[in-house]
Amino acid sequence: MTGLLAGNPAEIFAVALLCAGVAMAGYRLVRGPSLPDRVVALDLLTIQGLGLLTVYAIAAGRSAYLDVGIVLTLVTFLATTAFAYYIEKGSHPEERRDG
Amino acid sequence: MGDIIVAVLLVVGSSLMFVAALGILRMPDLFTRMQATTKAATLGVGLLLAAAAVEFGNLAVTTRVIAAAVFIAMTAPVAAHLLGRAAYFLGVPLWEGSVRDELRGRYNERAHALASLEEELGEERLAPGRATRRGIVSDDFSERPKPGDSAGAPEGTS
Repeated sequence: MTGLLAGNPAEIFAVALLCAGVAMAGYRLVRGPSLPDRVVALDLLTIQGLGLLTVYAIAAGRSAYLDVGIVLTLVTFLATTAFAYYIEKGSHPEERRDG
Repeated sequence: MGDIIVAVLLVVGSSLMFVAALGILRMPDLFTRMQATTKAATLGVGLLLAAAAVEFGNLAVTTRVIAAAVFIAMTAPVAAHLLGRAAYFLGVPLWEGSVRDELRGRYNERAHALASLEEELGEERLAPGRATRRGIVSDDFSERPKPGDSAGAPEGTS
């Protein structure tokens, strides 16, 4: 099994839904009214990417893609934590009243 | 048999991921979006990883899959909690249909601590006027429902 389109229907279905999910999360990433909205969208985007990597690992028969997914998860968690830390640091009421 | 299990896990997992994406697209405010994405996406990705474990069926892949799934299940709630807390301090408005905001007026905005914690520390108590979150951010905030507004609502509606 080489290409995705040569795969079985379940894999094609999964890839189609995951791609639709990436598109929806990308819309929220662009449109999101506030910064935390964008961070949540980025989080979901990378989780959808992890799902795509997993499906591709199954379709291509190569388990090395799962390692990429694990690293992606680690980086995503650190990114979300860092974003949350700096969003909270930047939300002091004194600074916001001055501004 | 294994192929059928893999196919079912793939379909259910990707459907849950789709539900998570639908949630982030259609939910009305940040907090509902977060509760949609965190849980559905965690379960969906767990099922997709389980499909990979069944497909490859050897010890090395299964170990990595379990490690990845446990890591996601442990970090996703932590990240969501941190981000929700930060967003609340930032003043992201709640959906206008929200029934209850339990934290309203109970947080010390400077110390980022609960008012009850502040009492324990022996500092001065939050004055009621000081404790409103009005004036921190945009005018959307004044429309945030007060706890008293929902007092007449029946308990089961939330």
